[in-house]
Amino acid sequence: MKAAVTLTTNHSFAAGMKDGTTIALGYFPAAITFGFIAQTTGLTVQETMLMSLLVFAGAAQYMALSLLAAGTGAIEIIFTTFIVNIRHFLMSASLNEKAVQDHPLKKAGYAFGLTDEVFAVASTKEGTVHTGYVYGVFFISYASWVIHSGVGHAVGQLLPEMLQQSLAFALYALFIALLAPSLKKHRKIFFLAALAAVLNSVFAFIMAEGWAIILATLIAATVLEFIEPLNNKYNDADQKNGVERK
Amino acid sequence: MSMELLFIIVGMALVTYIPRMLPLVFLNAKSIPPRLEGILKNVPYAALGALIFPGVLTIHENVLFGLTGMAVAFLISFLGGNLIFVVLGSIAVLTALTPFFNTLTL
Repeated sequence: MKAAVTLTTNHSFAAGMKDGTTIALGYFPAAITFGFIAQTTGLTVQETMLMSLLVFAGAAQYMALSLLAAGTGAIEIIFTTFIVNIRHFLMSASLNEKAVQDHPLKKAGYAFGLTDEVFAVASTKEGTVHTGYVYGVFFISYASWVIHSGVGHAVGQLLPEMLQQSLAFALYALFIALLAPSLKKHRKIFFLAALAAVLNSVFAFIMAEGWAIILATLIAATVLEFIEPLNNKYNDADQKNGVERK
Repeated sequence: MSMELLFIIVGMALVTYIPRMLPLVFLNAKSIPPRLEGILKNVPYAALGALIFPGVLTIHENVLFGLTGMAVAFLISFLGGNLIFVVLGSIAVLTALTPFFNTLTL
């Protein structure tokens, strides 16, 4: 026990699990709802859990269910999933800036777990991010998502409707809680988030949600970079003190 | 298990995994120009803004539901509440107010 405590650094798997607990909590209602809708769409419990196990992407999985229910073809469903999830390409590139260099296979492993929420937690962490930490965040979130998808399939209809409605807010609360502390620290972060939110609201009317998010994020990140270049020194110093990058 | 559904699930898995994996595995963080590096470092905060809004307005027929939740979550965060407290606190407030949102139409 003593050894375990001393090994629990800020960068460890255990620290990642701890920070990921909030995601696991937020995924509970989302996965229960997914499992429940999957059941009403006619998926077996095995099919429901297999989708959560292999895809691990909340919004895209919901969308796949509604497309399946509407009798949409396989290729269209896969293509829609691609559009909805293409934003993770940008997040992966961004996390790569912050992540400690490691064996490509190890990074390829945690890349599987790069949902919006796992990315948000890992990338708002101070300083560099270690492989073990990302695996910790990923593991606990993934476990919650897969297990609760199965639970939702079995007992989803038992959740009172009133609670279902307010639980839908859980993941938004998580995003806000991750954003708020940085808003207080840097004026620039407020403008980044606000500009992306406004742009996304406009783009949402004229294009698919997946493209709207990626375009809004990219434009806001670029515009602010030219208006007010990031205090790179602060970040670089952080990284040099933290870990040596190969 | 239906073969078509299995095909769909595996296809979804591939198109989700590949974009998540490519930059992390093949981008060399050291060889990226400083401008691009600055933009990529901005991405988390811009992405959070876009992920929150306007999606938060559509979780309930009444847009006040999401707006109230947002206000409560920001308030608890600014008062220094940690992650779990923000999530549970805003859900508790929304649950208590749900009857209002369901009768009010906007």
